[in-house]
Amino acid sequence: MASSIRKKNFKQNNWMGYFFIGPWLLAFLAFTLLPMAASLYFAFNDYSSLDSLDKARWIGLQNFERMFFNDNKYWKSVGATLYYVIFAIPLRLTMALGLAMLLNTGRNGVSFYRAAFYAPSIVGGSIAVAVMWRQVFGTEGLFNAAIRLLGLPTRTWLGDPDYAIWTLIALAVWQFGSPMLIFLAGLKQIPTEFYEAASIDGANGVRKFISITLPLLSPVIFFNLIMQMISGLMVFTQAFIITGGAPLDTTLFYALYIYRRAFENFQMGYASAMAWVLLIIIAVFATIVFKTSNQWVYYESKEE
Amino acid sequence: MTIKQRRELVSSIIYHLFVGFFCLLMIYPLLWLFSSSLKPSAEVFRDTTSLIPSRLSFENYTNGWAGFGGITFSTFYLNSFIYTSLAVVITVFFSAMVAYGFSRIQFTGRKFWFACMITTLMLPVQVVIIPQYIMFSNLKWLNTLYPLLLPRIGGQAFFIFMFMQFIRGIPKELDEAAEIDGCGKIGIFFRIILPLIVPAMVTAAIFSFYWTWEDFLSPLIYLNSPKLYTVSLALRSFADPSANTDWGAIFAMSALSLVPVFIIFIFFQRYLVQGISTTGLKG
Repeated sequence: MASSIRKKNFKQNNWMGYFFIGPWLLAFLAFTLLPMAASLYFAFNDYSSLDSLDKARWIGLQNFERMFFNDNKYWKSVGATLYYVIFAIPLRLTMALGLAMLLNTGRNGVSFYRAAFYAPSIVGGSIAVAVMWRQVFGTEGLFNAAIRLLGLPTRTWLGDPDYAIWTLIALAVWQFGSPMLIFLAGLKQIPTEFYEAASIDGANGVRKFISITLPLLSPVIFFNLIMQMISGLMVFTQAFIITGGAPLDTTLFYALYIYRRAFENFQMGYASAMAWVLLIIIAVFATIVFKTSNQWVYYESKEE
Repeated sequence: MTIKQRRELVSSIIYHLFVGFFCLLMIYPLLWLFSSSLKPSAEVFRDTTSLIPSRLSFENYTNGWAGFGGITFSTFYLNSFIYTSLAVVITVFFSAMVAYGFSRIQFTGRKFWFACMITTLMLPVQVVIIPQYIMFSNLKWLNTLYPLLLPRIGGQAFFIFMFMQFIRGIPKELDEAAEIDGCGKIGIFFRIILPLIVPAMVTAAIFSFYWTWEDFLSPLIYLNSPKLYTVSLALRSFADPSANTDWGAIFAMSALSLVPVFIIFIFFQRYLVQGISTTGLKG
């Protein structure tokens, strides 16, 4: 009797469970899993039409061969993306940590500063800011005007192959607000007794930072580093609007190049192959996070 | 004043000078954008670093609002408003529903599907967007809102995860008491869980609003007719250097598009800070 009731409950829960996650499941199957499978199939096809799958022609690994051995632009885009991620993300996190430590005091005005430093982050991804950024670094723009006041030589930042990518890195670093808030929350959890004890032992500020702050915060820092590098690999809008991949493809980010191949040249097969390589790179990053995630993220609800 | 107090005061002054200066440096570009939009059109790049217009001028706003190709920004704002409000409502509601399913109901396959959902957090959109485009194009849904809204019925993994954290904090005894009173799972969701996670839903709604308002790639791909452009898309066409050099007007429309974002930021800052600090959500 009891077991049949439990069985009935269990069955009912199955129905209810799938009822509640149903919308997600449906969207997952239709808009994630199915497209992923299709994309994998396209990666092995010469497919340059939108209308019908009949036009797809199986070409085996040719897309990948072309990508790795016969496409200079591909490697330029890989180089530009890595360069961007390797500089932008650590710089942003350094800035975020520095500011978080400065703001981790009980002084007046801290909440105002916190809001002001966070402001660039909420608008940083918008087209409006991208449009503005192009003018900030334009020949007659704010940045040149400012360095002219300081008596430094001006440049055409956006047209210079050595500097154009740095305007995009600057835009990324400027948006240090979210990691700053995350670090600030982390810093608040470090017991002040640790610092007091260290002071009694005669530790100076640098020593306290290296021996207390950094080790206790390192899981959060590492997690943010990896997650933000992953999203850094997918950056599209800013490069699309501000530099358009120019000059000399020095800012032709991976996602931008995929977009060009797919939606400007309509080489859907080739673009899909590129997208799958990106997926594999990201999967490697993600595995690093998850293999070590128990230490800092609490995901699954533990239930009896 | 004792020596200690004096030192305190000096250190406070140094602190505020340093942090305040850096703060001004960081928000200077934004202040510059807003002040340039209020300068007379010819003045924008003349006294570039200045934040103070020689006279306050709203001509940039009226010039900019006229838009391009005979379509004014009224249309673009209306489009953005419709897209954003539908997207926010759909995303937040379904995220809450899915989060309830994952966190409060035991069913076969729960762990597996949850892992799938977390995985999608890191999925590069480029892998799915090409087949999605082909699919929607074959359904003749280009230049409609379906491709932008339909994928959202699954909620958003970030929000589902955030809601689950929140639901975990609600005592299970509440569910059980309701069940004894004859309330089903659906009743529990609507009468108990939903009212209790309102703060989390506000946070999710704000982020969802921001991400949709600033969304660019999907509208770029699916909306080709200028009549349907969102504000983001319109700004991109409007600011095309080969088509328009009225920088005053471009700045005015850019600044205007940020106004809703800042208003929400100012009024709901607490929710934002909470959301970011507790979930590590990227804003």
